[in-house]
Amino acid sequence: MAPAAGSRASGRMLVQWLDSAWVRPVGLMVVVVVLWELAVRLFAIPPYLVPKPWDVILVLVHDRDMLLAESMPTTIATIGGFALSVAVGIPLAMLIAGSRTVEAYLYPLLVFSQSIPKVAVAPLLVVWFGFGMAPKVICAFLLGVFPVVVAGVQGFKSVEPDMRDLARSVKASWLQTFIIVSLPHALPSIFSGLKVSVTLAVVGAVVGEFVGANSGIGFVLQRSIGNFELPTMFAALTILALIGVVLFWIVDLVERLAVPWHASQRADVIATA
Amino acid sequence: MPAAARRFTVISRDEPARTRRLIEIRGLSKTYRTRAGDVPSLSPVDLDVDEGEFIAVVGPSGCGKSTLLKLLAGLIAPTEGEVRIDGEAVREPPDNVGIVFQSPVLLAWRTLLRNVMMPVEVRGLDRATHLARAHQLLETAGLKGFEDKYPWQLSGGMQQRAAICRALVHDPALLLMDEPFGALDAMTREHMNLELQRIHGETNKTIIFITHSIPEAVFLADRVVVMSSRPGTVEAIYKVDLPRPRSLEMMGERCFAEITKEIRGHFYARGALD
Repeated sequence: MAPAAGSRASGRMLVQWLDSAWVRPVGLMVVVVVLWELAVRLFAIPPYLVPKPWDVILVLVHDRDMLLAESMPTTIATIGGFALSVAVGIPLAMLIAGSRTVEAYLYPLLVFSQSIPKVAVAPLLVVWFGFGMAPKVICAFLLGVFPVVVAGVQGFKSVEPDMRDLARSVKASWLQTFIIVSLPHALPSIFSGLKVSVTLAVVGAVVGEFVGANSGIGFVLQRSIGNFELPTMFAALTILALIGVVLFWIVDLVERLAVPWHASQRADVIATA
Repeated sequence: MPAAARRFTVISRDEPARTRRLIEIRGLSKTYRTRAGDVPSLSPVDLDVDEGEFIAVVGPSGCGKSTLLKLLAGLIAPTEGEVRIDGEAVREPPDNVGIVFQSPVLLAWRTLLRNVMMPVEVRGLDRATHLARAHQLLETAGLKGFEDKYPWQLSGGMQQRAAICRALVHDPALLLMDEPFGALDAMTREHMNLELQRIHGETNKTIIFITHSIPEAVFLADRVVVMSSRPGTVEAIYKVDLPRPRSLEMMGERCFAEITKEIRGHFYARGALD
């Protein structure tokens, strides 16, 4: 009786552990990797087409110093582009939400410019700004700014008319209305834009590195593809995904701290009287 | 007892004021200009309100009740005519007015106390004295102990009570209320009516109260202003002479029923209230 109860308790603990937030995605990834390894072995896929996961892991371990060093410029370019997206995107969203005239002139142009493939523009950036950090940051910015503007416009515009009337009835200045009402109201929406933006900024930085760089994960990707070093290429992709995940997670954390009052964050505590 | 039953009278618009006059509305009209053309919302309205008076405004939906309130609050400019509060023409939101909206419009990112203190903060009034006043207002509204709660942690009735505290925090002479209890359930609404009557009795504030509930209007008001449908104008004014404080049981009395019936008659002649 006792051992049965004990095994049931440990079984419950195992289920609980398997159900925790970080184990689920990791578990799924392990399953995918195992299936991938099996597929490569079963169908005898040549390593110059798809590498074995184990070879990728070996590269990640062996070349960790090189990969870490190369991920630095990519991360810096991503953060730089993202910061620029925030610094330009939020004021731009304010302008567009605040004035119909600005919206009429600027918004369609912005959408138009967003439809131009950044990969096509990237070589031009190299021509203009040379090799180095500048074109990468700008490329990350070009991809990252659009979601910030769209989310910001949505946030600033969704302030209820009653809320505006309230601000006007207490004679709030433009700045007071912005700080006390509009900005906090728009923050949840802005944060969802920032999350999309930060992951796109990673893509932008890599595109920048593709066309004009001699360092960074994008550069590693291109070199390894040229040399048919597929395990290295897959290792670089893994690093890239990790950069994206960590940056996304940081934005998510800041959101939790900045808008704890929003419906998406709050705990279920309701008082009645 | 016909004398007791008819304790209300239809009065003319120009009846002389008993006490000091606070609001003068003269030939006030508003036409909204839209792309589809001009939409007249309020055709000339004349009305005088005394200090300390409780005025309820009833009318069919879209009769310009809210427009009238926004004009009084200085939130929109009249097309013609003017509003004078305390002898001064309203051109921008006046300082001695507090507004309660249909929804509580509390700022979700502020605690109840900081919501109530918001007008003080924005107007740059003395913090210490108003903080004491805010605490006192919250206590009388039955919100003591909830000062540090966020609006979403409170029920609809509590949120609207906090909104009333916010409108009163700078001690305005005039309180404008735009269907403040429309979104509440019937029980909470009756409770809020008693609460509002108490506030009116204790503070002697002048209150303009817009509603589409006729019993609510009769229960609360000294005078009930009946508005016609769009473009809205004052159709009749009923003086409610029921003694104060009024109790909910009074709603069952004959004189109460007669006033509500008479007012309702204005609407059923050409269609129901919303």
